[in-house]
Amino acid sequence: MDFNDTPEEAAFRSQARAFLAANAEPRAGSRPVLRQSGLDAAAVQRCKAWQAKKADAGFAGLTWPKRFGGQEASPILQVIYNQEETDFAVPRGLYEIGLGMCIPTMMTYAKPEQLDRYVQPALRGEEVWCQLFSEPAGGSDLAALRTKAERDGDEWVINGQKIWTSGAHLSDFGIVVVRTDPNLPKHEGLTFFFLDMKSPGIEVRPIHQMSGARHFNEVFFTDVRVPDSQRLGAVGQGWKVSLTTLMNERLAVGDVQRPEVDDLLELARKVKIDGKPAIRNGAVREKIAEWHARSQGLKFTRFRTMTALSKGETPGPENSIHKLVNASKLQDIASYGMDLMGAGGLVLDDDLTEAYAMFQSALLSAPSARIAGGSDEILRNIIAERVLGLPPDIRADKGMPFNRVPTGRR
Amino acid sequence: MNFDFSEDLKQLRDQSRRFLSERCTPAVVRRSLDGEETHAAALWREIADMGWIGAAIPEEFGGAGLGYEGLCVLAEEMGRAVAPVPFGSTAYLAAEAILTAGSDAQRREYLPKLADGSLIGCFALSEGNGNPEPSAIHARVVGGRLTGAKWPVADGGIADIAVVVACDEHRQPNLYIADLAGVRRRNLTTLDPTRNQARLEFESAPAQALGSGGWGAVQRVLDRAAILFAFEQVGGADACLHMAREYAQERFAFGRPIGSFQAIKHKLADMYVAVELARSNAYYGAWALGADATDLPLAAATARVSATEAFHLASKENIQTHGGIGFTWAVDCHLFYRRSKQLGLAIGSVPFWKDRLVDLLETRNAA
Repeated sequence: MDFNDTPEEAAFRSQARAFLAANAEPRAGSRPVLRQSGLDAAAVQRCKAWQAKKADAGFAGLTWPKRFGGQEASPILQVIYNQEETDFAVPRGLYEIGLGMCIPTMMTYAKPEQLDRYVQPALRGEEVWCQLFSEPAGGSDLAALRTKAERDGDEWVINGQKIWTSGAHLSDFGIVVVRTDPNLPKHEGLTFFFLDMKSPGIEVRPIHQMSGARHFNEVFFTDVRVPDSQRLGAVGQGWKVSLTTLMNERLAVGDVQRPEVDDLLELARKVKIDGKPAIRNGAVREKIAEWHARSQGLKFTRFRTMTALSKGETPGPENSIHKLVNASKLQDIASYGMDLMGAGGLVLDDDLTEAYAMFQSALLSAPSARIAGGSDEILRNIIAERVLGLPPDIRADKGMPFNRVPTGRR
Repeated sequence: MNFDFSEDLKQLRDQSRRFLSERCTPAVVRRSLDGEETHAAALWREIADMGWIGAAIPEEFGGAGLGYEGLCVLAEEMGRAVAPVPFGSTAYLAAEAILTAGSDAQRREYLPKLADGSLIGCFALSEGNGNPEPSAIHARVVGGRLTGAKWPVADGGIADIAVVVACDEHRQPNLYIADLAGVRRRNLTTLDPTRNQARLEFESAPAQALGSGGWGAVQRVLDRAAILFAFEQVGGADACLHMAREYAQERFAFGRPIGSFQAIKHKLADMYVAVELARSNAYYGAWALGADATDLPLAAATARVSATEAFHLASKENIQTHGGIGFTWAVDCHLFYRRSKQLGLAIGSVPFWKDRLVDLLETRNAA
């Protein structure tokens, strides 16, 4: 075992670090970027400027083909870049879905001339993409979606509603999965498209989230016309294409959110219990130790994944462990940190609150972390069925034409 | 980065797993459980002949020189097989103490015999209830003679030599080595009869100091052993996960395999998560042992906490997954449940290691 980079990896790491040092602020000591705040117009501009800079320097789309502005680098270099980037306070939150999920799906299914048109502008951050999957009736049971597309000559006409679409209000294009045949069982009647978010008939309504931010959206489709040439995969193959997108989601290992264990330790040194620093309290120490062990366990699990990647293996469903553990840990640490503050933990005012209110902010955003991109329950199912090989749950809608599947009490 | 065992060591893992699944069957473990023997002596002989005990002992002292990663791989398999042999006492504790604290002469005298199985070692630390700390040590060595009672001592009833934690004339704790011939001892009845436990009563028994490292040397032995025990615990926890998974597929209720119910799936997923996190922490410990890294103590405490909790969770939820049949003497679930607690109490329980972990974090963050 060793933690050393290969000479090629080491050279790349020092290039990445030099680029970041010259162009971004170190993260240590900087005010944490809080999810609660969402992206305002100024933040969007910062994201766009940063993405263009990254693309110019050759650090965007590292694993992508050179003809689209990528470097054709091995996935391990992407991981190394991500590691280095976490040490810097760079703008985040606008491109993860487009570059992590939408464009990779396009690269698998779109026509060459379409890739020539769309990939580079996405890579440079000039065009933003969103992923239109979840619906009011199809979240964890994604294939239960009901937005329909009907063929009309060379076009399809889409009607229905999507929800929880991250960044739809900031997006230029989107990928969408819709139902094209309700007479077939639910997985078989789906078809996949990409579309222009400025198309007539699309209405985007940001959702006011419990955290206060407006990052997710409802997207309504009324007679939205999409050319058949923008279909990805065959008619009726939409589920298969969706799985490609979701596989890419799994590769995008989420960044570590704060507060982390060190933030809690720092807090426990400042606040008092019985007149002594909370860190001297046995119960507090036990909690810190537990979370440290979980946190380190995840970090070293990531190292094992990196080792597999550098040997050319592809991470599989076992990668679900990261979000499953991180999201709950975030919620628990946030809540416990506030418990240590006592009544003062309620206060968000800048001049009075501890640690830039990162504990309070995380408490309010953590419920979303446990639901979005596969809820805790779905991730446990994935581990049980696809890692441990347990039999699938028995489905009440199996083999049933979609339009006969019960949808409510009636 | 290469955060995985080498191909050679993976072969060793496969070989040792195959060997133990053939020779260390539940029937063998149950001979110790039922009190028919103190340990699987024939199996121990074979393990010695294959050079496993001395895996991490340098060749110049009669070991196999496979390094610590090799010993870690073997430890995991010992845990998986609930092996009723004095492997941990001899290899992780006695041999490690002599190797890290002993003089060259002491190493030459004892290590080859521990490595080839002609001596069984044990580590006499506890004096009844309580966790490892200097104030809990009352045994004393005066003029080269050791007096005091140690219990429970894992494998104390079958060992030939003991590494003993005792105080010197100035009441400072240190490591000593004592021959157990002529020392009064009695086997104890314990929660886990698959491992021998004894009370040793030293009355002016001859004892030699192993260096003069004091409590620091004791803690160093505990840290290193914690990583090796963590692998044993991960092996045991993984075996529980496999048992539960097999059973969940073959047991039907309400007309379907119980593994198709989310209540069971989610339980098993949580076991999987605990085992994987513990395994990753143990891997880091293995690296720290091999590299003699400066943060070995923190890596050890982290691995210990993670592995103890994972084995506890996996062994109890394996019984739960089995339902009533899992509570019978005849089904093997309880072998792991017992072993989980035995390993969790040896060398300091979880609260002790959590407290130490935070001490080490505080020191690191202050630096």
